[in-house]
Amino acid sequence: MTSPASSVVPAPAPKPNALFEYLQRLGDDRLVLGHRLSEWCGHGPILEEDIALANVALDLLGQATILLRMAGEVEGQGRDEDALAYFREAVEFRNCQLVELPNGDFGFTIVRQFLFDAYDVVLLEALTKSSNEELAAVAAKSLKEARYHVRHSGEWMLKLGDGTDESHRRVQTALDYLWRFTAELFATDDVDAELVQGGVAPDLAQLKPKWESLVREVLDRATLTVPNDVPRPPRTRGGRTGAHTEHLGHLLAEMQIVARSHPGAKW
Amino acid sequence: MVIRRLGADTRDEVLAVLDTVMDPEVPVLSVRELGIVRDVLVDDRDGVTVVVTPTYSGCPAIQVIERDILTALERAGFGNAKVRTTYSPAWTTDWIPDSAKAKLKAYGIAPPGAAADTGGLVQLMRARQAPPCPYCDSTDTELRSEFGSTACKSVCWCRSCRQPFEEFKAI
Repeated sequence: MTSPASSVVPAPAPKPNALFEYLQRLGDDRLVLGHRLSEWCGHGPILEEDIALANVALDLLGQATILLRMAGEVEGQGRDEDALAYFREAVEFRNCQLVELPNGDFGFTIVRQFLFDAYDVVLLEALTKSSNEELAAVAAKSLKEARYHVRHSGEWMLKLGDGTDESHRRVQTALDYLWRFTAELFATDDVDAELVQGGVAPDLAQLKPKWESLVREVLDRATLTVPNDVPRPPRTRGGRTGAHTEHLGHLLAEMQIVARSHPGAKW
Repeated sequence: MVIRRLGADTRDEVLAVLDTVMDPEVPVLSVRELGIVRDVLVDDRDGVTVVVTPTYSGCPAIQVIERDILTALERAGFGNAKVRTTYSPAWTTDWIPDSAKAKLKAYGIAPPGAAADTGGLVQLMRARQAPPCPYCDSTDTELRSEFGSTACKSVCWCRSCRQPFEEFKAI
């Protein structure tokens, strides 16, 4: 089956810089989720909650700023955090799909947030021991904030899950839908393998039991049922390599339009 | 305009200037009292560098603080000063001295308690005791929300004087 044409071996794709990829994954999770939460500003069910979601959004956007700045420095092509946030296309974003899903009702937002916050504290705690000193420092700082976040979303899981029939039904429905997206949080590839080897990133497989026990404890107390199906990583490539749901493009259109309409503008 | 020469006293002079730079959101505390200023470096070649650390990752005040620091130093004759940001060690409210905590209380903000280091995973659902009311000192208070008007404050309610108040969050 050899023909002259097929004997031409295509040049291997250049190996991506693992740290650049990894920092984008960390930064983009925060950028996208922070933007989603900011959409609640002015629409929260009560004033305190409106403020709380905006506060969490602000923390996440602050962390994203630092991580994407680091990513730009590692890449070495002169891109700063704004260039990465506003001038990449959806396929270049490295966030997991969980964080890009539309807000839905308040219960949906809280379940999405709790599943992420629980992952975030477990991940950040491990990252404080990273061999990359700058990353370890940023993780230590972010961890303090993430503890407030998970306490907030965890308390709401209790209130809504163990609340009225209506609130219980809504968060259980959200949980049933969102559960499948949690597999991607722990899916690994060559980027993870390379960084785990260098002590830069933790082994996600080892973090998963910690996440699960934290999540199950809260779900039990919230009288919520853990969905039966075992979450599997996306069948196709997931958000970590640029495959996203249709929702990310719409989010980016809104987030990026001002910067793209007025390139280089300062305000 | 004054231009100061760098010398043995420069570091102390710069620190004295920084004592006059107030936090934009908590204007009774200086950036030194808040622990935002981590160090002042004086170097013949690089001049004066003020090392700062942000309170919260997304604190929008940090840019104003940097500008205020540079403006104050320029007025004092240190026109070529620079500000450098560090993230390690992570900022903690434990750096705020008792004298500054008293100023916070007088300003109507309950000062932070000791920052608990949970040392591992979070203790979820810990029913945290709200601090005493900064106005009437009553301990009959409740925590309304751990997120307030700025990243560093939570919202509380005093059942005695029926007054909402803010708490500087321990972190």
